[in-house]
Amino acid sequence: MPIDPLVLTFALGVAARLARSDLRFPEPVYEALSIYLLLAIGLKGGVELSHQPLSHVALPALFAVFAGFALPFILFPALRHVVGLTRTDASSVAAHYGSVSVVTFAIATAYLQQRGIPAESFMPVLLALMEAPGIIAGVILARSGGTAGAPVFREVAANKGIVLLAGGIVIGWIIGSEGYAPLKPLFGDLFRGLLALYLLELGLVVGGRFADLRRAGMRLVTFAVITPLVMGATGVGLGSWLLGLSAGGAVLFGVLLASASYIAAPAAMRMAVPEANPALGISAALAVTFPFNVFINIPLLVLLGGML
Amino acid sequence: MNVTTHRRCQLTIIAEYVLEEKLIVLARGLGAHGYTVHEVRGGSFSADGERRREGAGETDRTIEMKVISERAVAEQIAQQVLDQFGGNFSVRVLLAEVEVFRPGMY
Repeated sequence: MPIDPLVLTFALGVAARLARSDLRFPEPVYEALSIYLLLAIGLKGGVELSHQPLSHVALPALFAVFAGFALPFILFPALRHVVGLTRTDASSVAAHYGSVSVVTFAIATAYLQQRGIPAESFMPVLLALMEAPGIIAGVILARSGGTAGAPVFREVAANKGIVLLAGGIVIGWIIGSEGYAPLKPLFGDLFRGLLALYLLELGLVVGGRFADLRRAGMRLVTFAVITPLVMGATGVGLGSWLLGLSAGGAVLFGVLLASASYIAAPAAMRMAVPEANPALGISAALAVTFPFNVFINIPLLVLLGGML
Repeated sequence: MNVTTHRRCQLTIIAEYVLEEKLIVLARGLGAHGYTVHEVRGGSFSADGERRREGAGETDRTIEMKVISERAVAEQIAQQVLDQFGGNFSVRVLLAEVEVFRPGMY
């Protein structure tokens, strides 16, 4: 099996950054690419969803919300007592890991497609549903059991990732395959190419984050590797046995639990818990967990999914 | 050409991108008549190494906001910004005298 070009473009970005190349994406291009990717994933999920009764999605959707909310509470004690972070820092990092990474999901989907492994078409719905609960749980943890205030909830819910993913799903569900056909050349056929371009930029960002890891410490780096490994395997198991998903669907559910947010969570936690050190969560999620998932964990989870 | 100008203060706030909306609300609430915002890149040098805010990706973006107003308004905004955000966020605040042509706009 040839090496995935998506992985290679990401590696090129990292290498370019480490070599101090002058390669840089203009901010508006990066912004446009991320809007495109979010909307494309949402639209495709919505179109697929229009082909089946919503009742099929209800149980996985409910469980996904529950899992996203529960994850920070599970990780918090380890961050607090094993990694040795303060309460606010531990809450902030836990929120990053409770939320999800859209790009990791997109890479996993492409990885499955390349190998001809089918997955449930409603998986992007679970992705959209899992963006916010982990962040809200992180805020609750930081406020020592208090509740997340309305302004924080509004900021999380109005985050562009959720607006575009959920909005895309609703539009895709309304227009169905027929309405999607004229959009497919842009949002379907070009998707992998533009994702590769986005990953090149993400590689540049990740390459610039490695220096932060020295300050974050080995314990947090270890946490950022072990968490996706354990949560990913747990997700594949739960997806297969509890939710009755196909092998591909279980792998994607595992990827959702294994991935950590580096777009929605950092911005939301920065505002909700400003005392927390913002570099910890972003560095762990982006410089360790993201590449670990892309290079090692996704292939491992696919292997595991095939065995169950 | 003999043009009449009027003295005002230009308040420049360099801050984390996530603060943009809060800063706008604050400036408006304290009597500013308007503002401009654009994204910038920059960094700082500390004992443990260089810390860059490059605007790389989503995570490290920085804005520069400018408000031109009467000195009293500018000082009040500056004080509030430092009180509310100075402790936990990357914020720099500068004040400079400028000359404007249409004083009613500031």
